[in-house]
Amino acid sequence: MSLTKDQVQHIAILARLRLEESEFDDVVDKLSRIVDFVDQLQAAPADDVLPMAHPLNMAQRLRTDEVTETNGRDYFQENAPLTEGGYYLVPKVIE
Amino acid sequence: MSGGAADSGLHERTLADLAEGLATGEFSSCELTEALLARIDRHGTTLNAFITVTAGQALEQAAQADKVRASGDAGRLTGLPIVHKDIFCTEGVLTSCGSRILDNFVSPYDATVVERLSAAGMIMLGKTNMDEFAMGSSTESSYFGPVNNPWNTQRSPGGSSGGSAAAVAARLVPAATGTDTGGSIRQPAALTGTTGIKPTYGRVSRYGMVAFASSLDQAGVITRSAEDAAMLLGVMAGCDSRDSTSADHPVPDYVAALAKPLKELRVGIVRQHFDEGLDEKCADAVRTALRTLEEAGAKLVEVDLPNIDLSVPTYYVVAPAECSSNLSRFDGVRFGHRAGDPQDLLDLYCRSRGEGFGAEVKRRIMTGTYVLSAGYYDAYYLKAQKVRQLISQDFKDAFESVDVIAGPTAPTTAFAIGEKTDDPITMYLNDIYTIGANLAGLPGISVPCGLIDGMPAGLQLVGPHFGEGTILACAHQYQQLTDWHTRCPEDFA
Repeated sequence: MSLTKDQVQHIAILARLRLEESEFDDVVDKLSRIVDFVDQLQAAPADDVLPMAHPLNMAQRLRTDEVTETNGRDYFQENAPLTEGGYYLVPKVIE
Repeated sequence: MSGGAADSGLHERTLADLAEGLATGEFSSCELTEALLARIDRHGTTLNAFITVTAGQALEQAAQADKVRASGDAGRLTGLPIVHKDIFCTEGVLTSCGSRILDNFVSPYDATVVERLSAAGMIMLGKTNMDEFAMGSSTESSYFGPVNNPWNTQRSPGGSSGGSAAAVAARLVPAATGTDTGGSIRQPAALTGTTGIKPTYGRVSRYGMVAFASSLDQAGVITRSAEDAAMLLGVMAGCDSRDSTSADHPVPDYVAALAKPLKELRVGIVRQHFDEGLDEKCADAVRTALRTLEEAGAKLVEVDLPNIDLSVPTYYVVAPAECSSNLSRFDGVRFGHRAGDPQDLLDLYCRSRGEGFGAEVKRRIMTGTYVLSAGYYDAYYLKAQKVRQLISQDFKDAFESVDVIAGPTAPTTAFAIGEKTDDPITMYLNDIYTIGANLAGLPGISVPCGLIDGMPAGLQLVGPHFGEGTILACAHQYQQLTDWHTRCPEDFA
């Protein structure tokens, strides 16, 4: 195994993913296989190569600074699990 | 309409043929829509190709299309049916992306692709099943269950656009949209005997298409012929102010481009594509197809893509890295699944995501998080982007001497459902011939080129940037010389 259970637990927290105890062995096993597989890139001679940033090397388009969208808050919040007075509700953050 | 909707024979016809029938008044859009909805109703469950069928809305749109036609304002696509992969946002309709985390998400707006096809008068019949967040090559990772291949329902239709491919192959609809990040249009097209095109990166707007890997994702279509694909691509393609990565590049008349003969076309054959890993019978089918092109006047040229063997590992660094960033928006706060009774904010995030995402999506998010994390970024992500540059340059060099590159789409025909789910690497290697085009941003099309033990095989044609016209013409000319694309799975004839 190229990854330990502790490493996987750390990655899961960074990724904000709760893994069930029953999932762990499978995740450690398969993630290790994926990491081993992509490790073959290390041997590729590419030191002087410019990393690719975009498939077409396009320049970013700019648009004029004009109002194009109207406020659709109520409409968009129809998909929200919990709102109040136009706000999204989350568990208390500040005591 | 006489004879009842289900046996009208309309399902057997291509989009181009149906357009002709609507134009001459042979049948109405309402009759066509009813006939296909009846077929979806009859076969939909067997294949599990659909997540949502929008029958009521479709019939209303069809009635509207018939009115438009009566008033003399119809375009070529007015009143023709299409289905959308459930990755495209559709206003007022569930847009699940094959995931539990979006199984209650009713999109407040239409994707540009949906909007443009709808503005051209097309009727949406429903939303198709797919691998969760388009992450998979078999449509088995869908929260809504796997899709079955119409050629053999024990087998996978490929993925991630498996529902779209199965629906078109089974003649439930003449056309379906799809998306392709590493082969998700072309591989299922190959495995179901359909035609599937992934355009150049940026050719079609990604606005309203749920993001997986933003530097690789591209929208396209799965149809029964290259001609049908050309009809649709002309409407879908073009710059969109709402997607800053959409290309500001003129859209040619793809249908007119189909007439270009094979004579003088330089077709590159990649040496590495016929190495180990390719099923011998698939290799034979592809070689026969290449001979057909050659006999019609194309010139076969051997080309070399020296770094292509690194395309799959490169992809499995770049795509998961982008996915881990894109999928951070699913937090249980603004939309989608939210875990019950969270202890605190971290618990809300972790459990909403832990419950909402399936196993493959979690693996990809975690792979991406790992390769981007402190101490590993240079070794994995940066290195992969360098190798990606090499692969891209190899293609550029090859296109100096050829107009298209031809080869197999997938290493085997359709595999059994469950056969490759235990080992992610085996599953990933399904896309060994398709991933290169995504890394380099090139257009690619898969066309049926044979039946092996009753299962379809695909020929892939890859073109240079914005070479859609060339690969569509090559595919169309090939389809004038062969009839593989007209074959229909027996149970759905």
